[in-house]
Amino acid sequence: MTKLLDIQNLSVKFSGKRNVHAINDVSLAMEQGETLALLGESGSGKSVTLKALLGLLPPKRTRIDGSMRVNGTDVLSLRGKALRKYRGGEVSMVFQEPALALDPVYTVGHQIAESVMRHKGLDKANAMSVALDMLDRVRIPSANRRLHSYPHELSGGMRQRVMIALALACRPRLLLADEPTTALDATVQIQILLLLRELQKEFGMGVIFVTHDIGVAVEISERVAVMYAGQIVEEGTTREIINDARHPYTRGLLAANLHDVARGTRLNAIPGAPPALDSAPGACSFAPRCPIALPACRAVLPPVFAPGPRRRVACLRATEPIAAE
Amino acid sequence: MSVTDVIPAADPGGPAQPLITVSGLRKYFPVRGGILGRTQAQVQAVDGVSFAVAEGETLGIVGESGCGKSTTAKLLIGLTERDAGEIVFDGEALGERLSLKDLRRGVQMVFQDSYATLNPRMTIEASVAFGAHVQGLDDPEGRARRLMDRVGLDPARFAHRYPHELSGGQRQRVNIARALAMSPRVVVLDEAVSALDKSVEAQVLNLLSDLRAEFGLTYIFISHDLNVVRYISDRILVMYLGEVVEIAPVDSIWEEQAHPYTRSLFSAMPSMDPDNRTEKPPLAGDPPNPINPPSGCRFHTRCRFASAVCKAAVPKLAGLDRNAAHMVACHLYDPASGHPDAGQGGLA
Repeated sequence: MTKLLDIQNLSVKFSGKRNVHAINDVSLAMEQGETLALLGESGSGKSVTLKALLGLLPPKRTRIDGSMRVNGTDVLSLRGKALRKYRGGEVSMVFQEPALALDPVYTVGHQIAESVMRHKGLDKANAMSVALDMLDRVRIPSANRRLHSYPHELSGGMRQRVMIALALACRPRLLLADEPTTALDATVQIQILLLLRELQKEFGMGVIFVTHDIGVAVEISERVAVMYAGQIVEEGTTREIINDARHPYTRGLLAANLHDVARGTRLNAIPGAPPALDSAPGACSFAPRCPIALPACRAVLPPVFAPGPRRRVACLRATEPIAAE
Repeated sequence: MSVTDVIPAADPGGPAQPLITVSGLRKYFPVRGGILGRTQAQVQAVDGVSFAVAEGETLGIVGESGCGKSTTAKLLIGLTERDAGEIVFDGEALGERLSLKDLRRGVQMVFQDSYATLNPRMTIEASVAFGAHVQGLDDPEGRARRLMDRVGLDPARFAHRYPHELSGGQRQRVNIARALAMSPRVVVLDEAVSALDKSVEAQVLNLLSDLRAEFGLTYIFISHDLNVVRYISDRILVMYLGEVVEIAPVDSIWEEQAHPYTRSLFSAMPSMDPDNRTEKPPLAGDPPNPINPPSGCRFHTRCRFASAVCKAAVPKLAGLDRNAAHMVACHLYDPASGHPDAGQGGLA
C-alpha cells in the first residue's frame, strides 16, 4: 500500500527583510490511518509543515526544497485545478481559531454544502443533506436548526465542531489539525479531542495533530514527532516518547509539563530561548540550551540514531544511559 | 543599596489578620442595544465573591473563560469599578481610609499579554521606572536597573531596548520587574505565564518562586492550567459563572474535589498516560452564557447530581465537616438543604 505521507528532506526558507530557515531537512512518513502529533514550541516549524502540505505558503517569498507526497501525489507539483481538488478533497485542515476560519456572512450549512458541491459535484439539496449528516456526526445538538445558524451564533466549542464537520465533509484521507483545542476551555477541549479520536476511527483517515501540549498529544495520537528549530529531533510511538524519551529537549518538555511535580521543588527548566533561524543549522540547534552538550555538539550536525523501527533520535549522546536527575 | 532595600518594612495590619479580604464583590456589565442604547441585559461577571488572602500566601484562582477570574483581578486593583462589595487591604477598606493610589502601591498586577501591556514607544527602563516616578519614589531609574538585573535582564544590554526587540519570556520578565518597582506586598498574576512556551514558562515560575521568598510577596495567581496552579499555590479557589464554588488548601483539593464542577474540571486534565487515556468527557457542552445565568446553583444545568433544590436555592459556601478549611458551595454537603443525597459526606 502507498504511504499516506512521505516527506523527504523538506526545507522551507522564507526570504524578505530577514531570512528565516523555518524547516531544515525534515523527513517524515505516515502509514494510512495513523495519528501523528507534531509537538513543539512556537517557531519550531510545526505550522509551517502543515501549510507546506496544503500549498498555502506565499510562493514569492518561499523557497521549498525536497519532496512531499500524499498518497503518492507529488504535492509540490500541483497547480491550478489539481491543487484545488487536492485541498479540501484529499487533505483538509482544522484551524486553531474557528471564529476566524469560518466565513461570518454564510450559514454553517451553506459553507459545508459549498465544499461538498465543489468536490463531489452534488446539487445544493443533496449537499445540504450531507451537511446535516456531518453536523450530526460531530454531535451538534438539534443539527437541523444549527444548519441555518451563522458562526457568531455558536459557542467556541460548537464552532470548532462545525470546523471539523467542514473539514471531514469530503472524506479526506489526511486531516491536518493545527492546535484545534488550544483556544478552548479545559472541559470543552477534552470533548473535542475525544470526538476527533472517534471520527478518526470511524472514517479511517490519517491525522497530523499539531500541538505544544504534550498532554493533548498523549490523548489524541499513536505516534509523536518532536520538532525543535525546524527539525525533527525525536520520533516514536506515544508510549516511547512518554516513557523513554531520549532527546534532552523532549525530556525537558516532559518536565516542564509539571505533571506530578511537588509544590515548592525547583523546576528543571530548560534555560535560554530557541535560536533565531536566520541561517541553516550547522550543528545541533539545541546545544546552547542542552545540559549535557559536548564540544562536538556545537561543531557538527548530530547523527540520527534509530534504536528501533520508526524510532529516531537526533542526538550525539542518544545511546548513552540517561543519568538520574 | 541592594534590591531588598526597595521593600518597605511597614505592616500596619500586623501578621495576625489577612492581607487582603474581599467580601460580597459584585460586578455586572450592562449589555446595551436597540436604537436608544438601553440596557437590555446584564453580564453577571462576578457575583458575591468573598475570600481572604494571608500575608505570604499564594492563592490560585482557576476556572474556565467567562467565570469571572480576570474581572475579580481587575476589581481587586480598582481597574474596574465594583458595583458592590468591600475590599480591605492590610486592615483598611478601599474608599474609606485607603485611596486607590495607595492600594495600587501595595497591590500590583502582571497581565497575560506581555506585548499589549508595555508601551511600544517607551524603552524597557522607562517602562519599569514609570510607576515609581508617578508615586514619587526615590531614584526610579536606579530602582528599575536593579530590578531588571534581579529578573534576569542585564540592564546594560536591555535598558534602552524597546518591547518589540524582546522575546515573550523577556517581556514578561519586564512586566514582573515593573510590578515590583512599586515595592508591592501583593502581586496579582493574571494568566501571567499562559502565553509562554512550556520551557520558558518553567523559567518564569522559578523566578516567581524566588521573588516570593526574597521579597516576602503574596501572590494571587490566576490560571486555567491546574498543574501550574498546583505547583505555585497554597490554596486554590475555583470559580464558575461569577461565583466561588470551592476554596481549599491545595493538597486537600487535589485529594478530594468536593464540588461536582471542580471534579469535572480536574477530570478534564489530560491523563499523560498512553495506556490509560481519557475515555469519556466529564461534562457535555460549553459553559452557559453569564448573561442570565441559571437560577439557584449556577452549575445545576450541567450537574449530574442536580435535584429540585439546586434549581431553587443558591448554595452557601461552607466548610466541610471533616475539614473546615475546605469550603464548598454545594447542597450535597448541607444536610439541611433538602437535597435527597445531602449529608452522605461526599460525591457518589
